[in-house]
Amino acid sequence: METFLIVAIKSVLLVVILLTVFAHFMLIERKFLGYFQLRLGPNRVGPWGLAQPIADAVKVIIKEDIIPHDADRITYKLAPVVSLFVALAAYASIPVAPPVEIFGRTIELSIVNPNAGILLLLATTSLGVYGITLGGWASQSKYSLLGALRSTAQMISYELALGMSVVGVIILAGSLNLYDIVAAQENIWFIFLNPIGFIIFFISIVAEVNRVPFDLPEAETELVSGYSTEYTGIRFGMFMMAEYVNMLTMSSLATLLYLGGWNGPGFLPPIVWFLLKVVLFLFVFVWLRASLPRLRYDRLMDLGWKVMLPVAIANLVLTAVFVVLF
Amino acid sequence: MLQQYTSVGVFLTVGALFVAVTLLVGRLLRPHNPYPEKLAPYECGEIPVGGGQVRFNIRYYIFALIFVIFDVETVFLYPWAVVFEEIGLFAFVVMMLFIGTLVEGLVYAWKKGALRWV
Repeated sequence: METFLIVAIKSVLLVVILLTVFAHFMLIERKFLGYFQLRLGPNRVGPWGLAQPIADAVKVIIKEDIIPHDADRITYKLAPVVSLFVALAAYASIPVAPPVEIFGRTIELSIVNPNAGILLLLATTSLGVYGITLGGWASQSKYSLLGALRSTAQMISYELALGMSVVGVIILAGSLNLYDIVAAQENIWFIFLNPIGFIIFFISIVAEVNRVPFDLPEAETELVSGYSTEYTGIRFGMFMMAEYVNMLTMSSLATLLYLGGWNGPGFLPPIVWFLLKVVLFLFVFVWLRASLPRLRYDRLMDLGWKVMLPVAIANLVLTAVFVVLF
Repeated sequence: MLQQYTSVGVFLTVGALFVAVTLLVGRLLRPHNPYPEKLAPYECGEIPVGGGQVRFNIRYYIFALIFVIFDVETVFLYPWAVVFEEIGLFAFVVMMLFIGTLVEGLVYAWKKGALRWV
C-alpha cells in the first residue's frame, strides 16, 4: 500500500514537472529564436515574458474545438489524446538521478526500473507515430493526410538507424537497464567510446521528433501545418505538448546513453548534472531550428536509408570488433 | 517484476486522468458555434476541391514494408548485445553472419531501386 502511494505521488509529480518544463521550454525557445534573429521574443506578459506560458494555456483551452464535417469523429478526437498519452508514458522509465533516501526509505527517481528499460522506452516512443498518422488521416484534409504520410515514413526510416546505434551502447554496457548503462559510464562517457554512434543517434532523434531540419511533416510553407492543420484549441495544444515532451524524452535518453547520465564532478548533485546535459540538448534543438533550412523529401529519405542505416550498421560492427579485440 | 507493471499502470492512470481533465475543462469553457463554412476542410480559404482522400505515392507503402523486415531483425540484435562480452568470439562470428544477411537484404532493396524516391 505504501509503495503504491509513493508511486502515485511520483506519477503526479512527474506529470506536473513535464508539463511545467514543456510550457517554459516553449517560452525559452521563442525567446532564443528571437535573440537569434535580433528580435526580443515574447516580452509583454509578465517580466521577461515569463507569464507567457500561462497566457498560452488559457488561450488554447478557451478556443472553440472545430471538427471538420468530413472527419472521422472518433479517430479525430482520439488522435491527440493518443499522442500526448504515449509521450507522457515514455518518460516513465527514464531515471533522472541515482536512488535517494527520504525518511529512511530508498526511492528510485523513475516510475519504473525494468531490466529491459531501454527496450521499453524505445517501444513506447515508437508508438507516438500512431497519434500523428491517425490524426492526419481522420481530418480528411489533403494537407493533413500528406503530413501524416510523410511523418510516418520519416519516423519509421530513422527509427532503424536509432535502434542500430543504441545496440553499440548496449554492447559496451552489457545491459539493457538504464541504471546499469549510466553506471558503466562512470569512468568514460560512451560519447568518447562510440562517437559515430552518437552522431547517428542524435540525427535520428531530431528526425524522430520532427524538428528542423527534418520538420517535413509540418512544413508550414507547403503543408500549412501538416497533420495538425485541422486541429484547433486544446487538441492542437495536445499535439504540441506531445512534440515537446518527446523532445524532452529523447534529450534525456541521449544524456543517459552517451553523456554519462548523472555522472559528473562531485561539486554539483547528480540531478543537476543530468538536467544541465538535458538542457544542453534542448538548446541544440533550438539552435538547429534557428540555423538550418528544411531538407527536400527525397534527400531526407536518401539520408535515412542510404547514409544513416549503413553507417549505423558499420558502427555496430566496429564496436563489436573493438570489444572483441580489447 | 509484477510490481513494476503496477507502477506503470499507476502512472498511465495519472496520465490518462490529466488528459481527461484537460479535455473536460476545455469543454466547459470553450464556445461552440459551428457553421458549414467553418467546418469545411482548410484549403487556404478557398472552397475545397475534391475530397480529403487523395491518392498518395505508393513509395510510402514500400518503405513501410522494408521497415518491418529491418525492424524485426534489429530486435534480435538487442539480446545478443547484452551477452556479447560473455560469449565473445563465437557470438561475434555468428552475429556477423546475421548482419551480413541483413546488409545483403539492404543491398538487394537498394539495387532493385526500392530505396529510390521518385
